[in-house]
Amino acid sequence: MGNQLQRYFTRRKFLGVSLGGIASAVGAGMLGRGTAAQNEPGQGSNQLYTNHSVGHAGNMMMMGEVDHARNGFDPLQILTDWDYGDVSQLPSGQTLREYTIDAGDIEVEIAPGIFFPAWVYNGRIPGPTIRCTEGDRIRIRFRNFGSHPHTIHFHGIHPFEMDGVRGAGDGEIAPGEETIYEFDAEPFGCHLYHCHALPLKRHIHKGLYGAFIVDPRAGRTPAREFVMVMNAFDTNFDNENEIYAVNTVGFEYMRRPIPAKVDEKIRVYLINITEFDPVNSFHLHAEFFDYYDHGTTLEPTSRIVDTIMQVQAQRGILEFSYRWPGPYMFHAHISEFTELGWMGNFNIVNDEDFANALTAVGLVEEWDRRATQGSTVAWREEEEEA
Amino acid sequence: MSEQAQQTPSQRGHLRGIAWALALVPLILLGIIATLIVTTEGGLSELSGPPVEQISIQQITLPELGRIVVAVVNDGPQEVTIPQVLVDEAYWSFSAEPSTTLPRFGRATYTIDYPWVAEEAHEVVLVTELGATFAAEIPVAVQSPQPSTDLFLRFGLVGLYVGIVPIFLGMLWFPFMRRLGTQGMNFVLSLTIGLLVFLAIGTWLDAQEFAAELPAFWQGVPLIVFIALIALGTLIAVSNLRHGQESTPLGIAYRIALGIGLHNLGEGLAIGASFALGEAALGTFLILGFTLHNITEGVGIAAPIVRKNPGLRHFAFLLLLAGGPAILGTWVGGFAFNPVLATIFLAIGVGAILQVVWEVGKLVVRESARLGLPVISWINLGGVTAGLAIMYFTAFLVKF
Repeated sequence: MGNQLQRYFTRRKFLGVSLGGIASAVGAGMLGRGTAAQNEPGQGSNQLYTNHSVGHAGNMMMMGEVDHARNGFDPLQILTDWDYGDVSQLPSGQTLREYTIDAGDIEVEIAPGIFFPAWVYNGRIPGPTIRCTEGDRIRIRFRNFGSHPHTIHFHGIHPFEMDGVRGAGDGEIAPGEETIYEFDAEPFGCHLYHCHALPLKRHIHKGLYGAFIVDPRAGRTPAREFVMVMNAFDTNFDNENEIYAVNTVGFEYMRRPIPAKVDEKIRVYLINITEFDPVNSFHLHAEFFDYYDHGTTLEPTSRIVDTIMQVQAQRGILEFSYRWPGPYMFHAHISEFTELGWMGNFNIVNDEDFANALTAVGLVEEWDRRATQGSTVAWREEEEEA
Repeated sequence: MSEQAQQTPSQRGHLRGIAWALALVPLILLGIIATLIVTTEGGLSELSGPPVEQISIQQITLPELGRIVVAVVNDGPQEVTIPQVLVDEAYWSFSAEPSTTLPRFGRATYTIDYPWVAEEAHEVVLVTELGATFAAEIPVAVQSPQPSTDLFLRFGLVGLYVGIVPIFLGMLWFPFMRRLGTQGMNFVLSLTIGLLVFLAIGTWLDAQEFAAELPAFWQGVPLIVFIALIALGTLIAVSNLRHGQESTPLGIAYRIALGIGLHNLGEGLAIGASFALGEAALGTFLILGFTLHNITEGVGIAAPIVRKNPGLRHFAFLLLLAGGPAILGTWVGGFAFNPVLATIFLAIGVGAILQVVWEVGKLVVRESARLGLPVISWINLGGVTAGLAIMYFTAFLVKF
């Protein structure tokens, strides 16, 4: 196709430059189509479009649905799926959280009908959301069931040996091997972890990353909390992404909007791991939010904004609430990413409609409980009371 | 041999039956082996590699505002599923007929309701099950011409300017040529050879260009070569039917007209197709160029018949045969372009033109011998060179 079309295109440009009006005028006379007629509305190819778009996104959407059961994970569940680990107390009184994270190769349906040969932590993208309190001891048994060497590199404060890069500690963990990463969780904030084996780009965009949330000792104010990992997939391996999303599946939150209530505080732990593109962004419709860059402060770093940008591995916490019910859109304000899948809706409803909003997208009360009582601080306090 | 001669007719018939049965044996065995391999993999299972997805986007049309229609062929080795479609790097809803899964050699038509912008460029990308992407460009978005009496007539007019008018004008040199001496006629015949050689090369290149767009299984280049050779052979065989008699000058003129007609069909196709792709303004300039470029074709057709005027009726038929296909080509190219047919017709054109190069060449050889001149004389060489030069330099108007 290309060759022939390119030739025609070049021809057209040549004419446009060299002949200008004369050619078009003669052309209009001979063929009944030329630039002369183009300024009149409703003429020839310049007929007007009437608006017949359907719904929120019109025809800009993917066809079909993703089989989340076959994938083994559901982006809607990932929003509130905190992994607290096996909790115990060290003799010193410090809380110990023990995790097992396995790397492996699976095929993930990242958009309806499109299958990506992924590398994953614990069978999902993003990997498990590790959640703990500032100062907790984290001990991760990492096993590599994949076909390539992998590591886990945590964004946090830790000794060199625990850095999860080549030459540090056990370095890259070969297939069939395992290692232990152990460190204290600090500083508090919204962090991430990812594979740091080489080549780095490939190991990241294949799916080896996850959220690492460290709650401040004092806890944060009660809120409905979600974790959103902005990611993307290069399905044809040309070092450009074909599909963008939060939590892996393109347009999933358009198909199944995220339920939340009017006037309640919503807190989003937002992480950008998008490979190849220098920045990603988050834009909220019809509201403004406070933003805590990296989540490492208790005071917002930006107040009353509706768009923020993040470079790769940058992350932060968003806090906002809606005054009126409605389906409010959120998306990257990089239109290309939006149209390639990075777009979703919050379904903001009144209290009495919340149960219906949950069942409409296949969720149960347990999801609601996890969303509103996710903090490790509140959870520990409850335990201490009990 | 002698044994066979003694066999009765019935014995021969009997043997023929056995012979046919024997001929079937390898085919039956082939069927059995194929069945075995398909059902048991025949020990080849370890050799099967990762899936290969290959498709060819054949045509994109814009039948109405807000609608893009993409015709796609699976020319890869196995089934392909195309679950998503991108337009200008945005996922867009679509309907696929008959299915989003294309078997090998299978076709599908994707209809996408996308608000394309007139006079601007767009890109359609088909995304396969494995995430492979196949892109096609809409270089200038213009509503595809819909068949209407008006447009039909206008396309016919274009074909008229490209095919009929120049050949008619060229033929008007006939009275002039009749007054030329033998040497002058040799010059004109040599000029015809130069013209035809140029057309053969041009037609060959045009055929290559269309062939490049064919799905891989059509094997475009060998297809052109074979069809051109078969066309050449068939036309030579037809002219040999006259059993030793020399080809009549009128016969040669008709065969030149046929070859030029097939060439003009190709030109018509290209013009019609470029119009369908949004090249309205380009039409005028190109059409004037073709009128000038093709004027020598009339000279070439009239050259063999200067000795004996065949009458106006034959001139009319020759004109229609050589120029008419330009009109037909413009219609087909504009309304129902088909790269397979375009390739085949152009390949026939290559063969047909080569055949008349051969015949006119024989004519020149004969005339030169009669004059006692060498075949490659300054006159003949000058004629060929003039023919090539005229075609080459007038082609500046139609090639860019």
